[in-house]
Amino acid sequence: MNIFKYFGEVFGAIRSLWAGMRVTGYYSIRPGKVVTQKYPENRKTLVIADRFKGEVIMTHDSNNQHTCNGCGICEMNCPNGSIEIISNKITNAEGKSERIIDKHIYHLSMCTFCGLCIKTCPSGSIKWGHDFEHAVFDRNKLTKVLNQPGSSIRKEIKEVKETKEA
Amino acid sequence: MYDFTSFTTWVHNALYSSMSPGWAMLIELAIVGIIFIAFYAVIGLYLVYAERKVCALIQNRKGPNRVGPLGLFQTIADLFKLLGKELIKIKNADQFLFNLAPFIVIIASFMAIAALPFAKGLHAIDLNIGIFYLFAVSSLGVIGILLAGWSSNSKYSLIGAIRSGAQVVSYELSVGLALLSVVIFSGSMQLSTIVESQANGWWIIKGHIPAIISFLIFLVASTAETNRGPFDLAEAESELTAGFHTEYSGIKFAFFFLAEYMNMFIVAAIASTVFLGGWMPFHLPGLDGMNHVMDYIPGFVWFLGKTAFIIFIMMWFKWTFPRLRIDQLLKLEWKYLLPLNLMNIVLIAFIVLMGWYIK
Repeated sequence: MNIFKYFGEVFGAIRSLWAGMRVTGYYSIRPGKVVTQKYPENRKTLVIADRFKGEVIMTHDSNNQHTCNGCGICEMNCPNGSIEIISNKITNAEGKSERIIDKHIYHLSMCTFCGLCIKTCPSGSIKWGHDFEHAVFDRNKLTKVLNQPGSSIRKEIKEVKETKEA
Repeated sequence: MYDFTSFTTWVHNALYSSMSPGWAMLIELAIVGIIFIAFYAVIGLYLVYAERKVCALIQNRKGPNRVGPLGLFQTIADLFKLLGKELIKIKNADQFLFNLAPFIVIIASFMAIAALPFAKGLHAIDLNIGIFYLFAVSSLGVIGILLAGWSSNSKYSLIGAIRSGAQVVSYELSVGLALLSVVIFSGSMQLSTIVESQANGWWIIKGHIPAIISFLIFLVASTAETNRGPFDLAEAESELTAGFHTEYSGIKFAFFFLAEYMNMFIVAAIASTVFLGGWMPFHLPGLDGMNHVMDYIPGFVWFLGKTAFIIFIMMWFKWTFPRLRIDQLLKLEWKYLLPLNLMNIVLIAFIVLMGWYIK
């Protein structure tokens, strides 16, 4: 083995090792760039990204109305059966038979957060919530009813859909 | 510089004048033992804390910050947790050797701190072959590691122990030869004499280039000898779960853990004693005012400060470099460190012969 090559390797190694140590040394003297946060204390100022998948929620407006017509597409698309929809058939003012949801049941304990239900919902009535503190002492508390008690369906779904397409 | 010899002789005379020599010696041994056990526990625990903080700084994290101010009591809480854990009995393990191994590891590191000079006159025993003793004792730990791996009846433990054996046996040579360079410079193996010989400048400055080379080789080889990253093949969390101490739990595991950090302290203390002047303050020729101020800082502060500096460097490169493969590890030693070290020794002998170092 060539002696110059040997010493070249040694000095090359020292140089590359020093390059690595310079990077970590640079980070170690900059505590201002700390990326971790003190979690329970910073609950007030916590910033959660919009794309964060915490849990499935149903949006309600100020009149306690949602847009879910109980079509059941989310229930069919769910790969692990986390969603159950219990719907009722009622007769509306015009004398037509109509389907409304009684309970939109969501099993958080089974959800894998794939997002297929939200992607396929035709009326856009369910979406991702940003709540992430889901720990409970009772497993049954993980089964949630998404529509609020006493809520009703908002009628202008069709118009909203049409304007969106136009 | 305050000389602790006057204090220790005062204690010695007070004890010998008030009771029979046998009892006096026993009490002296007990005092030294208690001081070292307390020192061992405090240094071991706070090095774990320091490592976690340094690691956090390098990785832009906060590190332990919950237990006590700045998380200072975190490792003490960890110790109590480990004390409360169950000691699991391993089926088909060699129980006697399994229980003996952590004690061998911890005693080996315990024996080494006895010879370290913490300040002028402040050491348990000042052997005239101090470096030789340290070198011999620090290599005892590998017996404990091999026993732990062998007696655990687990393949991971055995692989870790065999790796550790191969590693320590080869890196021992480089550590010894790197220390030999300072023995040639100072002409003595006694640690107190080596420190005294650095009163007018540390060996890393007085011995210029060859001393710096052997200092760097010592840093690398001693890191490997203590089984620390990037040479932590013996425990290799990602490949061998925990290597030789996979099967240990509770306080026996804590013994291995403490011994590892204490070994790091010991090699850093050896490096600071032989290369950076031990408890000698930093002096610059000509600046009498500054030299005088430096003298006011007590010796053990200098000693611990230099040791902490070297420990920081060792942690710094632990958290920078990835782990070596076993063939790379042996290649580094036998192909690079050892030949360079031997050449360096010849160079140093020539320099000392010609008197080309700073006297």
